[in-house]
Amino acid sequence: MEFAPKIETVGLNLHYGDFHALQDVNIKIPAQNITAMIGPSGCGKSTLLRCFNRMNDLIEHTRVEGGIIIDEHDILKPEADLISIRRKVGMVFQRPNVFDLSIYNNLRFGLRIHRMLNKRDEVMEAIEHGLEHVGLWQELKDKLKKSALTLTLEQQQRLCIARVLILKPEIILLDEPCSALDPVSTLKIEDLLRVLKHEYTLVIVTHNMQQAARVSDYTGFMYLGKLIEFGNTKQVFTNPMEKLTENYISGRFG
Amino acid sequence: MTTARMREKIAFFVLGLITLLVVIPILMIIFYIVKNSIGSISWEFITQSPRNGMKEGGIFPAIVGTIVLIIGTMLFSLPLGVLSAVYLVEYARDNFFTRLIKLSVVNLSGIPSIVYGLFGFTLFVLFLKLGTSILAGSLTLAIMSLPVIITATKEALESVPLSFREISLSLGATKWQTVRYCVLPYAIPGILTGTVLSLSRAAGETAPILFTVAAFYLPRLPRSLFDQVMALPYHLYVISTQVPNIPVSISFATCFVLIGLVFLMNLVSIILRSHYRKKKLW
Repeated sequence: MEFAPKIETVGLNLHYGDFHALQDVNIKIPAQNITAMIGPSGCGKSTLLRCFNRMNDLIEHTRVEGGIIIDEHDILKPEADLISIRRKVGMVFQRPNVFDLSIYNNLRFGLRIHRMLNKRDEVMEAIEHGLEHVGLWQELKDKLKKSALTLTLEQQQRLCIARVLILKPEIILLDEPCSALDPVSTLKIEDLLRVLKHEYTLVIVTHNMQQAARVSDYTGFMYLGKLIEFGNTKQVFTNPMEKLTENYISGRFG
Repeated sequence: MTTARMREKIAFFVLGLITLLVVIPILMIIFYIVKNSIGSISWEFITQSPRNGMKEGGIFPAIVGTIVLIIGTMLFSLPLGVLSAVYLVEYARDNFFTRLIKLSVVNLSGIPSIVYGLFGFTLFVLFLKLGTSILAGSLTLAIMSLPVIITATKEALESVPLSFREISLSLGATKWQTVRYCVLPYAIPGILTGTVLSLSRAAGETAPILFTVAAFYLPRLPRSLFDQVMALPYHLYVISTQVPNIPVSISFATCFVLIGLVFLMNLVSIILRSHYRKKKLW
């Protein structure tokens, strides 16, 4: 496993109050690949994901130690600029959480808060590009003023991805992005992820082991706050090094 | 029919009846006031000044006074109340200090209004030398309105799902942008309800304005913030207890106008609420 890591954690520990949620996690996540994090509920995979854009800051009484290095900068340092971190590291959530606004305004939101692109045609161009990226432009180009809530769940989730892409991030974190979708929509979103990985570094947390096997290039298995195994997806699924990984993958627990 | 369904029906009936009981007092109050004021309510009554020892003429200066006081109260209490609630909900960490603030807000709403009156009199009228004036009265009423506005705003903000804040922050918004664009627009209906509730109460209070702004008889309209004004509740008190031989219908007509004013405020808030419910981006 030789690659230049896009994200690297060094001795990462996280406590929610008395609960030790992440225990000495050291992981290297390759650029322009899909990395899947798997493991049973409560193993810390979402917590780890939420460290990469510092969303855990929202939860009171959280203590983080160690380092998270993205492009040679430790984002845990007090002088780290949260706003540019979150612009660079976008996030897609479990539920397609569009704003109760028009499709246009959903996409414009990020541009507006970052004071990017003030001219109307530039905004339009960015929106077209974003929607095209996620394969929605043809369907939606005449309905931009419609409420985003009128879209199907799959379209909404695509819109959420477009909303992230429009800010030109380098990393996209996906927290169980398909768990609210039906199997057909899930496959379509997975196809989209395979396209996106050529330009972006993707990290996906999933409950669904088959999804990890289908879509990812690298897989990390977590259990009780520890990273048990990390490697090439094929290797992790066919020839795991750890007994625990094998037991989980073969469905003996989880 | 099974016993369970019978009981269900009885329960529904009893609950409905009890709910109806709640409506009866308000209907009776309105009916009683309308019935007794019918003889005195006229265009003249709401557009002219009192004459002949307040036994004739209208209550125009008192209406203006009350409206001025409501606006003044709102100007002070709304920003103060909403902003402090935003601070408490969105920014403040949970610690001894913020718990103390929250406790004070709750207790502030339990203070009798006459105490606010005396407090306003000593602080604004005497100490800050504002005199008995619109300014002093509005400030006193504003302090009295604050707890309800803060509590209502807090509840409205807390009812906005955490996920709204998450999306906004995950897109790199600052905390203030998140509050401004993703939280406040959804909290506006709740804030409006609380504000109108507390302003309605302020409009009808006598004790807080007694020493701070209210004039016994002042037919001319105020010219500056340092003038005194007549106000409906105090005027009502005066004509009902201090001036002999005033026709009862004048008192009831004054009541009618006061209640009408409060209803009007509620109407405006209903219209604004439905407006903001449709329009989330502002």
